[in-house]
Amino acid sequence: MTDIAIDIQKMTKLYGSFVALRDVSLSIMDNEFFTLLGPSGCGKTTLLRTIAGFEDITKGAIRLYGEDIADLPPNKRPINTVFQQYALFPHMNVTDNVKFGLLRLGQDNATANARVGEVLELVQLTSFADRLPAQLSGGQQQRVALARALAPNPKVLLLDEPLSALDLKLRQAVRLELQQIQHETGITFIFVTHDQEEALTMSDRIAVIADGQLQQVGTAREIYEAPSNKFVAGFIGETNLIDVTVTDVSKGQATCTLPNGVAFNCPASDGARTGVGHLSVRPERVTMTSPAKGLLQGTASRQVYLGTDMHVEVTLDDQEVVTVRVQSSENNHVPAIGEVVGLNFEAGAARLLAD
Amino acid sequence: MAGALTTSKASNNSTYAGLGNLLMLPSWLIIGFFLVLPVGMMLIYSFLTKEFRGGIIWEFSLAAYDQFFFDRGLFGDDPAKIEWTYIKIFWRSIWQAAVATFFCLIIGFPTAWFIATRTGNSRSIWLFLITIPYWVNLLIRTISMKFLIRDTGPMNEFLISTGIISDPIHIINTNFAVQLGLFYSYLPFMVLPIYASVERYNFSLSEAAADLYASRLTILQKIILPTVKPGIIAGCILVFVPSLGAFLAPDLLGGAKNFMIGSLIEEQFKGNAGNWPFGAAVSMILLSMVLIVLTYYARQQSKEGRR
Repeated sequence: MTDIAIDIQKMTKLYGSFVALRDVSLSIMDNEFFTLLGPSGCGKTTLLRTIAGFEDITKGAIRLYGEDIADLPPNKRPINTVFQQYALFPHMNVTDNVKFGLLRLGQDNATANARVGEVLELVQLTSFADRLPAQLSGGQQQRVALARALAPNPKVLLLDEPLSALDLKLRQAVRLELQQIQHETGITFIFVTHDQEEALTMSDRIAVIADGQLQQVGTAREIYEAPSNKFVAGFIGETNLIDVTVTDVSKGQATCTLPNGVAFNCPASDGARTGVGHLSVRPERVTMTSPAKGLLQGTASRQVYLGTDMHVEVTLDDQEVVTVRVQSSENNHVPAIGEVVGLNFEAGAARLLAD
Repeated sequence: MAGALTTSKASNNSTYAGLGNLLMLPSWLIIGFFLVLPVGMMLIYSFLTKEFRGGIIWEFSLAAYDQFFFDRGLFGDDPAKIEWTYIKIFWRSIWQAAVATFFCLIIGFPTAWFIATRTGNSRSIWLFLITIPYWVNLLIRTISMKFLIRDTGPMNEFLISTGIISDPIHIINTNFAVQLGLFYSYLPFMVLPIYASVERYNFSLSEAAADLYASRLTILQKIILPTVKPGIIAGCILVFVPSLGAFLAPDLLGGAKNFMIGSLIEEQFKGNAGNWPFGAAVSMILLSMVLIVLTYYARQQSKEGRR
């Protein structure tokens, strides 16, 4: 059994009357790469700051390996942070920046210097040890911030959108590097991002947050393939939401009626109810066929070329639009605009969502 | 558009350089007339012979500098001893200015910090309040200070009437009165530059330091003070230098015993009793001292900038 590194119980954070976090309960495992994902203003950074100790919590509990840390100030928590804008000390060179935490922990100069050498090697900055932050590129500053936070060997490392200030190419390289460093050091990483691709590619598990509430916690695959509600389905990847009438939900299976009156059975999320509901179907799981063979019928209304893929938008009779992803490299028949087509998807590809 | 851009770049060196010089002309004229010319005059005067009713005789002489450093007796024919009178006045001025600067820093830093950490609108109000005393002439402000702190002034009367003290606290005509006057005159010069650098301070640096196990005191010492140091140094210079040459506060609040350089210089140019070359020489010595300090500071700054 793995240990729980961070255990958050029914945490609520209020700013005056504004609810930043509502009743959040979350367990982050030892040695896990855990991502807090959500749109800006959703509360993910607030959650991270409560773990770091920069914000106190209004209600609830927060434990680090079983120890209650809710009342500890940040300098008493064995947790380090990589800040969004890095927050490197501008008057200290790279070595002194990295050494800062070690000296505060009471290490002697020689021990601290040895450790600085180690972490600078880990982030490949050995040759920049004497530079001031202002003399480094954005990517290098980001590594210094990482080295500085890793140096004291924290129990948990918090990363607050550390890649958002980097350009795309660099971001992709650093993603891999971060994963590698997490493997090598075995430190629990809690990573905050609003970028779903970042979250999907790096994390062991992801918590999706919106409006200060946890929406879903799970692996990348679980969240992508079995989103629990409309928000998660729409925020992670692209999806089609088809309005249906639900006649029955039991044991995770739903029976519903498609807009054209066809009955359809598919898996349902927890909390899905009878009545009006939404069916989520990813664009790549929809296929086009002749109108007679399709579950749904519609008119091709738009084509969007995306390089390797193509999106065909099909407008159903009730004006709902369903997007179909077609590989452009194949000799697929791409319907001309105005052509009537049938749409098919398997029961396993669709999912009835909770609202 | 692109064409115009290229043209302006190409002509940058010829036309714009000429225009630049033309635009600089007023500044050069002002610096020339109001800085170089008067200081040059003082420099020349300090090497001339004094005329008895004030003024100068155009005859080269080192008498002024000699008078400052050496005592040759009443008739000027004794063997030269070091003259301590003026050196003591200098020393006292440096001490008074340093104490005033220290008080300004102790009070000014928290004030500047307070203002810089307010939100937008109230910040402007606080800044405005800091500058209000400057609407009143320095002479009037210093005289009001004198009335405020004298033995029968409102401060003492209030304290006596409340029974806290039975005899007035004697402040006027002491060193402390001068320090108080200097402090009061130049406090905003400390607050404003520190405010400017605290306002630019990135508070996530404090968070980062706390995250790296630093206590509040360590954060202040190792992170905040070094980052806002340029503002602190600028403030100290802006208070120390004018305090050193001040004459209103020492004259009005310090009395005859607490003479400072500013008053010494002022005396030399006042009425018929003055000694212009001597006054000019004292000014030059003061100026050299200030320049040495400033040059040292500038060197340090550029060294740090290069690092």
